[in-house]
Amino acid sequence: MTELTKLTIAQIRAGLSAKDFTAVELTDAYLGAIDAANGKLNAYVAVTADKAREMAKASDQRIAAGEARALEGVPVGVKDLFATEGVHTQACSHILDGFKPRYESTVTANLWNDGAVMLGKLNMDEFAMGSSNETSYYGPVINPWRAKDSERDLVPGGSSGGSAAAVAAWLCAGATATDTGGSIRQPAAFTATVGIKPTYGRCSRWGTVAFASSLDQAGPITRDVRDAAIMLKSMASVDLKDTTSVDVPVPDYEAALGQSIKGLKIGIPKEYRVDGMPAEIEALWQKGIDWMRDAGAEIVDISLPHTKYALATYYIVAPAEASSNLARYDGVRYGLRVPGKDITEMYENTRAEGFGREVQRRIMIGTYVLSAGYYDAYYLRAQKVRSLIKRDFDLAFEAGVDAILTPATPSAAFGIADENLANDPVKMYLNDIFTVTVNMAGLPGMTVPAGLDSNGLPLGLQLIGRPFDEETLFRAAHVIEQSAGRFEPSRWW
Amino acid sequence: MSVDTDTVKRVAKLARIAIDEEAANRMTGELNAILGFVEQLNEVDVTGVEPLTSVIPVAMRLRVDEVTDGNKAADIVANAPAQADSFFMVPKVVE
Repeated sequence: MTELTKLTIAQIRAGLSAKDFTAVELTDAYLGAIDAANGKLNAYVAVTADKAREMAKASDQRIAAGEARALEGVPVGVKDLFATEGVHTQACSHILDGFKPRYESTVTANLWNDGAVMLGKLNMDEFAMGSSNETSYYGPVINPWRAKDSERDLVPGGSSGGSAAAVAAWLCAGATATDTGGSIRQPAAFTATVGIKPTYGRCSRWGTVAFASSLDQAGPITRDVRDAAIMLKSMASVDLKDTTSVDVPVPDYEAALGQSIKGLKIGIPKEYRVDGMPAEIEALWQKGIDWMRDAGAEIVDISLPHTKYALATYYIVAPAEASSNLARYDGVRYGLRVPGKDITEMYENTRAEGFGREVQRRIMIGTYVLSAGYYDAYYLRAQKVRSLIKRDFDLAFEAGVDAILTPATPSAAFGIADENLANDPVKMYLNDIFTVTVNMAGLPGMTVPAGLDSNGLPLGLQLIGRPFDEETLFRAAHVIEQSAGRFEPSRWW
Repeated sequence: MSVDTDTVKRVAKLARIAIDEEAANRMTGELNAILGFVEQLNEVDVTGVEPLTSVIPVAMRLRVDEVTDGNKAADIVANAPAQADSFFMVPKVVE
């Protein structure tokens, strides 16, 4: 029998229903793999072995009774940003030390209602602020991918670095993740996994630790396109507890796979051809265009003229919302408390010790751009530019474009503690240059592995769709996957 | 626009983050790098453009104003660093 942990979610579904193995055997295989690998990869910050075995046992009973649900017995990992009842939920921040919520996030509740098994909580950048998973209080995650003939540790990307690394290293069958500026898509691209950030409002934000509320969306990271379709269908729902959850039925995304893309209009935005972009990425993009054309799609050149302002807009809007959302961490209601001579000093000491450097930096920027006298110059102007960014996409879609194809990232995975990046926060922010516009406009975006660079490291392509048209993305992504093939790291851990 | 160390200290006070002289100096440099980066937005003509408030054009959902939840005091204080009788405990605020 093939290694159980190498099976996709679709294969698990078939194998469990054919009684080739049990859910308990599968979960035990994963728990063993985590035990052996986590010391090296640091993908999990909490493993819930007992709970996992209990859930798997219940799944086996369901299967025996012929009552299997959509994700019955499928072992998944959960980003530490999702509230899981009675289980470690700290957004990988020191300030949430010991926090165990008394409630369950809607997204994870949906997964458990569909029979999924929780293996544990996954490492991430602190409060999802970062592009390398190095801002986690629990230390960096190591990418299971290494360059050819190199033993150098690489980052898995961020902020969902633990999710991407765990999926790529066969430490869970699929993982939940979140994306505020690229936090699902960039790590997926760095690890040759598939990641989709659905339309804003598709997955409930209830019970997910808030970073920037107008941008945050949950989505899955999986090993292939089909698994992403299966998992997103479970995660997405209409939720009365989130007023921005949109009341549109969740389609069967899997049914879109294999549908022809003949006649689809795929837009190629010229503004994504950025200065200094490596030739390999340019070549990969061209390959993607050829695959689409060969499959019958019509390629059209489009212009999204405000693309170049998206990152600057993001670094006003996101910190502003974060400074407001993170005001709640004051040492009173949960987590860390550092004493002071009075209550104000207690707040200040708690927040100084509890938040890491990147989080403090963003709270400071956010507080500044919202402060009296600066609001109009920074925040209001940024929200106006955001309207223009969204209008660029609206115009392209109105002109008949069905989806947009771009590179996923401006480079492959880089080294841990890269000095060039560590000393310049803005340089690190440039990682999200291709992904951040999608959040600004609330659109669905998906990255698919498309090839390896000359060092043997994965590169991805991104597809951007109309609001609530994830199905077209799955259709087109499936074509890329069929053309590019799949990529696996060679196991060194 | 750029900030000086005094402004950084004032913003830290507003954000309720204790910072010492060294951190204030470091943050001044970092904040100015970011503010320098976002300066480019000044070249965009935003005349007559409405600020974006919601990416998806939906009306705010309303519900009947009635009690749908409650009696969870023990759950609410369960994670507090200091609590007593379903109250959060804080240092003395009023003399």
